[in-house]
Amino acid sequence: MIAESQLDPKNAIVNQVCNAGDPWMAELKKDQIFRILDLEGNQAVDTLFYSASNPEERYSVVDTIARQRRLYLTTGSVLYSSEGNAMLTIVADTCGRHDTLGGACSAESNTTRYDLAKRHMHSCRDSFMHALNTCECANHMSKRDITSNINFFMNVPVTVDGGLVFADGISGPGKYVEMRAEMDVTVLISNCPQLNNPCNGYNPTPVRLLVWNGN
Amino acid sequence: MVVKFKPENVLWEETIPGGCHWSGLMRRGTALRLTDLTGGANCSALFYNAEDKLERYNFSDTLKAQHTAFLTTGNVVYSDMGRVLASIINDNVGWHDTICGVSDASMIAAQYGTSSYQTHHNDMYRNGKDGLLIELAKHGLGKRDLTASVNFFSKVTPDEVGNLSFVANNSKAGSTVDIRFDMNVLLVLSTAPHSLDPKIVYAPAAVKLSALHVGNASQEDICRNSCAQNGRGFVNTERYYL
Repeated sequence: MIAESQLDPKNAIVNQVCNAGDPWMAELKKDQIFRILDLEGNQAVDTLFYSASNPEERYSVVDTIARQRRLYLTTGSVLYSSEGNAMLTIVADTCGRHDTLGGACSAESNTTRYDLAKRHMHSCRDSFMHALNTCECANHMSKRDITSNINFFMNVPVTVDGGLVFADGISGPGKYVEMRAEMDVTVLISNCPQLNNPCNGYNPTPVRLLVWNGN
Repeated sequence: MVVKFKPENVLWEETIPGGCHWSGLMRRGTALRLTDLTGGANCSALFYNAEDKLERYNFSDTLKAQHTAFLTTGNVVYSDMGRVLASIINDNVGWHDTICGVSDASMIAAQYGTSSYQTHHNDMYRNGKDGLLIELAKHGLGKRDLTASVNFFSKVTPDEVGNLSFVANNSKAGSTVDIRFDMNVLLVLSTAPHSLDPKIVYAPAAVKLSALHVGNASQEDICRNSCAQNGRGFVNTERYYL
């Protein structure tokens, strides 16, 4: 469901660009508002969330899907943790639909999906690994903590007979999704570098990340 | 080539009562036939490389490589390292869910009420998450290792906008699915009710396990040849065992 935000970027306490193919990691406090802005359109933003105090509790795709009985994410969707707790709630969305089935690309899955020789193309899981090795807020997390993520702005429709396709994006320049933190969370993003399918329009581009303090 | 299931080739059999949990090592080249003994079963499964348990089932990689939102004959189960952990070589059910995860204690209590060991001994109501975690803990694993499961025998379908419906009676009494193990796999199972099953009486079905030798995937194998992606997945798997 399309819903616009009234928040003014002038009041944001974080306002940063994450370049195409880069990771980004930060903490959000409960009640803060987090916006991901698709600057140039059709950019998949692979995103994981962890409880800041106990990263063993993390975003759970299966809890999010099963508890709401719905495949796609948009305004009103709750992002549930592996403990069944609300981690964030989507409060504004000008794109309309976000994927959480497709997971992240990796060097290894590129070998099966495209060609054995594609192993050396940059991938989201390599970005996740790099972030966990270099960010202070990684909190001793490792590959073991990388689970199935959200792909903001990505369009992976499932047909009623169970087919799954990577379709052209429905996002565009300036579209955004905004969510309220329901607990203190660590955000881990890979701004997807995939060049082998239309998830980034074959042209990965930067996104802007903004945070506002809650009321 | 479809592997024929011959009763004389069965290595061992074991029945998991409804609601219970199981784990074990399934070696490369063996298979398990799962049989839904009474109909309406749910058998949630997790898969790990037994020699490096950091390598594990990845439902997203499995679905996107095969362009499907469910699993049946010809589909394989991918690890996060681009290898084939296991393959569905025979299936007379037609749809196995892998997007809904497992039930937890609060879901079971909300659906069926509570029935504890103190009041009902081994007829207590059990849930999928606690059962899987109990088995994982026996192998040094825990919550960080609890991935999305394959929910054998269960079917959940989306409508045009993504709203999900549980399909009752997807699996009849006597339905079977044959899973070949293409790596040495730590297999973890729970027969607790599916998280979206609307039944109001707690009576999960028992599932029989029948193990047999089937050998490694041939060049003509139905799963290897069901899509080019799987052909490459088997190459990755075979290189691991050279």
